[in-house]
This record gives sequence, C-alpha cells and structure tokens, in this order.
Amino acid sequence: MALQLDKQVDASIRAHGQETYPNECCGALLGRDGAVSETLALPNMTDEGPRRRFRVTPNDYRAAEKRASETGVELLGFYHSHPDHPARPSQYDLDHAWPFFSYVIVSVREGVSGDMTSWRLREDRSAFDEEQLTYA
Amino acid sequence: MPNTIHIPTPLRPFTDKRESVEVNGATVGELLADLTKRYDGLRKHLYADDGRLRNFVNVYLNDEDIRYLQKEATPVKAGDSLSIVPSVAGGAPTSAEATVARPTNAADVELNADEIKRYSRHLIMPEVGVDGQKKLKAGSVLCIGAGGLGSPAAMYMAAAGVGRIGIVDFDVVDFSNLQRQLLHGTSSVGKSKLVSAQERLHDLNPHIEIETYETTVTSDNALDLFKNYDVILDGTDNFPTRYLVNDACVLTGKPNAYGSIFRFEGQASVFGTKDGPCYRCLYPEPPPPGLVPSCAEGGVLGVLPGIIGVIQATEAIKLITGIGEPLIGRFLIYDALKMRFRELKLRKDPDCPVCGTHPTVTKLIDYEQFCGIRPEPAVQQTGAAVSEWETTSVDLKKRLDAGDEVLILDVREPNEYQICKIPGAVLIPLGELPRRYAELPKDKDIVAHCKMGGRSAKATDFLRSVGFNRVKNLRGGILDWIDKVDPSQPKY
Repeated sequence: MALQLDKQVDASIRAHGQETYPNECCGALLGRDGAVSETLALPNMTDEGPRRRFRVTPNDYRAAEKRASETGVELLGFYHSHPDHPARPSQYDLDHAWPFFSYVIVSVREGVSGDMTSWRLREDRSAFDEEQLTYA
Repeated sequence: MPNTIHIPTPLRPFTDKRESVEVNGATVGELLADLTKRYDGLRKHLYADDGRLRNFVNVYLNDEDIRYLQKEATPVKAGDSLSIVPSVAGGAPTSAEATVARPTNAADVELNADEIKRYSRHLIMPEVGVDGQKKLKAGSVLCIGAGGLGSPAAMYMAAAGVGRIGIVDFDVVDFSNLQRQLLHGTSSVGKSKLVSAQERLHDLNPHIEIETYETTVTSDNALDLFKNYDVILDGTDNFPTRYLVNDACVLTGKPNAYGSIFRFEGQASVFGTKDGPCYRCLYPEPPPPGLVPSCAEGGVLGVLPGIIGVIQATEAIKLITGIGEPLIGRFLIYDALKMRFRELKLRKDPDCPVCGTHPTVTKLIDYEQFCGIRPEPAVQQTGAAVSEWETTSVDLKKRLDAGDEVLILDVREPNEYQICKIPGAVLIPLGELPRRYAELPKDKDIVAHCKMGGRSAKATDFLRSVGFNRVKNLRGGILDWIDKVDPSQPKY
C-alpha cells in the first residue's frame, strides 16, 4: 500500500500542523487511485483537549464527502498532527479508525513539522499498518 | 417499501462499492440490522463487542442525528433515508496510554519495503531472517538511564530495529558526559538527555517508537513501567537503583540485561529469567555505602561503556529473537587494560530473598535504606543550614581575604589536583590521611575539601576522631568554590 502526495499537499499539511501548534490540526484528504490531490482543513472540534485529541464532526465529514463527489474525486482519508509526539498512531487513533482510509500523521516538534507517516487500519481492527508515502 | 441507507466512503468496500443500499425495516435499528445481515463485514466497524453502536458512528435519519430522536428505536416511514456518518477522531498518546497501537506479536508484524532494505544484513542471515526481524519489530526494551551504558545500547538496538525502546532518565546533558555518552552531542549540553536521545535514535531509525519517561525509577513506578516491556536494560550507576531494578525484574518476570562499569573494568550478565539467577543471588547484600566509588568519583575509560552497553544490547536482541546462548548464569568480566574477558558461573540461589524458593521480598522495598544510605546529608544540600562541621565557599573566601590563617586541605587524588585547585591548598589524598595526618597542625583552623564534599566529609570525621577540633568540611567541594568564587578554573 502506498499513498501519493504532491508537493502542495505535503506543504499544506505541514503548514496546518504548525499553524495550530501546540494543538492538533485535522483535515480531509481528497483524490483518487491512491493519490491525494487536495486537502481540506477542518476545525478540530474535540471536547477532550486539542493538545492531544482531534475530532471531525459529522457535518464536517459530510461536507468533505460532498466536496469529493462534487469535484469528481474520493475521500481517501484524514490527516492530523501529533504535537511533540512521534508520527505514530496512538491507541486512541486505533480505537477511532475507519477501514480503507489513509490516516496521515505529521509530528510537530517545538512548532516545526517533521516526520510524516501514513497508516491504514487492518480489517480486523487489531492494528495499523504503515503505508509508504510517495511524492509526485 | 425499502428505505435507502447512505454508506460512507470507508465502508463502501463492504457493500460492493455501493454508495447507498436499499434495506427493509420499521425502525432505524431494524434497517441497520438488515444492512449488516446483507453485508456482514460492516458489523465490527459499526458495533462494538457489546453489541452497541460504536460511539464514533453517527446515524442520521434524513438530517437528524438519531441520538436526538429515539435512537435505534426511531420509527421510519416510506421515503426516509438513513446516513451513516463517521466522526473521525484520534490524537497523540497521552501518558496514561503509553503503549501505542502496535502489534506485540511477531506474527502480526509486517516489514515494508524501506525496512526490508534497511535490515537486509539481518534478513540474509538464516538465524535472524524475516521472522527474527519481525520479532525485533514486535519487541520492546526499557533502558534504565540514557548515560554511558544506555547510549550505545539504545543506539544499536534502535539501528537493529527493536520496535519500541523506552528510556527512563531525568538528567540534563553535561560536558563531562560527552567523553562516553554518544547519544548526546556538544550542542545538547544543558538540554534534557531524553530530548537528545529521542532525536538521535529517531534519526538512526524512524521506523521504531521511542518512549521517554522523565523520572527516576522508584519503588512506586517500577512495576508499572516494566510491565509494558519485554526486556529491561539496566544502565544504572548506583546500588539502590540496581537492587530495585533487579527486584522489579524478578517480580514482573522480565529479564534484566545487566551491565556495570568502573574505571577500566566492566561486567555483564542476564538476570531475572525464570530459571536463571538474579543480581541478589550474586550479591545478597549491597556493599557498605561509600566503599565502591561511582564513575563520577573514580572515573571511567570512555570506550568501556561502549563495549559493555553493546554487550547488553546483544543480549537483549538475543532474548527477543530467541537465538544463541544468552548470558544467563554467567557473569562476564571485561578488563580493558589487559584486554581480557573472564567468565564466572553463577547459580540460582534457592535461598535468594527475591527469586528463591521461599522469597521474603515479595514487593518493592526502600532501596536507599536497604543500601544503608541515609537521607542526603546536610553536607550535600545547598541551601541547608551550615552545621558547625562545615563551611561554605563564600565564607572561606571572606576569611582568606580578611587575612585569617586557614589551612586548606585537599583530599583528592594528585591527578585531580592537576586539573584545578584552591590556591595554597595542601594535598593529602583521603587514602593517605591515616598515616600522614601528623603533618597537619592541630592548633590551626583547617578546611578540608574534595571534588563535591563527600570524601572531605569522611576526612573531617576522621580528623575529628584523632583530635583535630578545628577542622571543617567545605560544602559542595571545589566545584562549589569554582561556581561561587573562582569561575576561571575548569570543572571536571
């Protein structure tokens, strides 16, 4: 499995992570055939403290899906940031993950975006597998 | 008349890629039941094990969240449509969930193309191979300390692909660490050791997880810390922590890849395995406090921890992969000057108080007390009241400036005296004092000092016991003198 990002997509995820630091950012990944062509920054609506959590509301989710179908692409997944933590999924990420989506995580350390990884939930929900990020 | 359910993108692979599905039922619950009957793969994503809808699955009847209607009992009528809407959530691990979502079973681990390239020299050896590398990736080691031993051990384990490495340390990087602690560079001096360790290890291998704990290991936290790891790697430099790590390993059933270093000699073994001996089988009692000096007092050859730490890492890797003959029941002694390894046989002591047949230590105890260490003496505590036994750098300087006659007695070793000294000090190393004290005047004020105040406290005690009533200890030693009085001299 691999997920392809173009330069602008990569830059916009990193910029969003830096913008919301020390809080987590989140957004949708739109594209087709495993290639992200557009990101959609979404507000982090968590009630549990945005430094360690993010939540996309159902309405924002629906807006992302609507945007995808209007522009003839698919919703491929979501991205979020881990401020001052490695770009590895947490147990909480696993508990809340959906299958077939790509989950891109960017680590933001001391306000600067660093590692970026992408993950997919196993169908039995037991774990994430890392997928390779490639760049267009 | 069937109703329509709108399927969100991530669940469409379970519905033959359909965006919507026609289902039958009188309530929302019945429609969902019909849906999962038709497409069984959806069930575990929609429902938790207890049969309730997962809390991040939202169901909308037309444009209303069913939570605000009658939930799954909400009746539906012809023409109503249902939407399943994921709420997407996640976040960084909190301290309460130190263990992140990763397989801990080698059978569940995959190696991606990058990892296969990275570990190719392991993979082509049949003793390791893909299976062994997966075991490493699924494995975890907790390093107690990111110092001399922890540095090389953690670096090699990270490079080798040990999937999760925990590090417990609370120290900041000091210039005097750089001679042997290769995790930390000159630019990290003054920073937390955990920060530089994490940066260095992550640069060595971004495919692994580094978990850091800014704390000391204590009787209160050790069991909780240890239980999340496969192997414990003891890189401590003091007896209370060494006994604590040993006992906690035995109590949690975790093997202890042990190492210790002093001057030119190192030791290594594997303690705390089910049938093997533990540290207490070898040393049931700690040495009297002060008898065995630490590396800060006695020094250590910079490359020595490199050798011993890498032996510990080797043992940890062997334990995780299950290959070779681990250093269980064997005590390895390395002499860097003679360049010789010796091996002693160790046996499990059936009377061992912690791992024997009738253990008397069944929970963690007060290890400072066990090792005979009193609470920090006032001598060492800056800010504590100055006792009649001691003086401070600032007071000593005032007296010298006022022209008082004070004899300064330096009880360090000659090579330490070469590095820095208080002008006019008389050098008599602590070990020579019992036969040379007659050189000192009993009718003059004497201030004894060493590097940090420990040895000179002993010298002061000794001199008082042989009739010197005007002797005081310099609190904080020459390091404090340099800090407060004479910063032109180098510290070591």
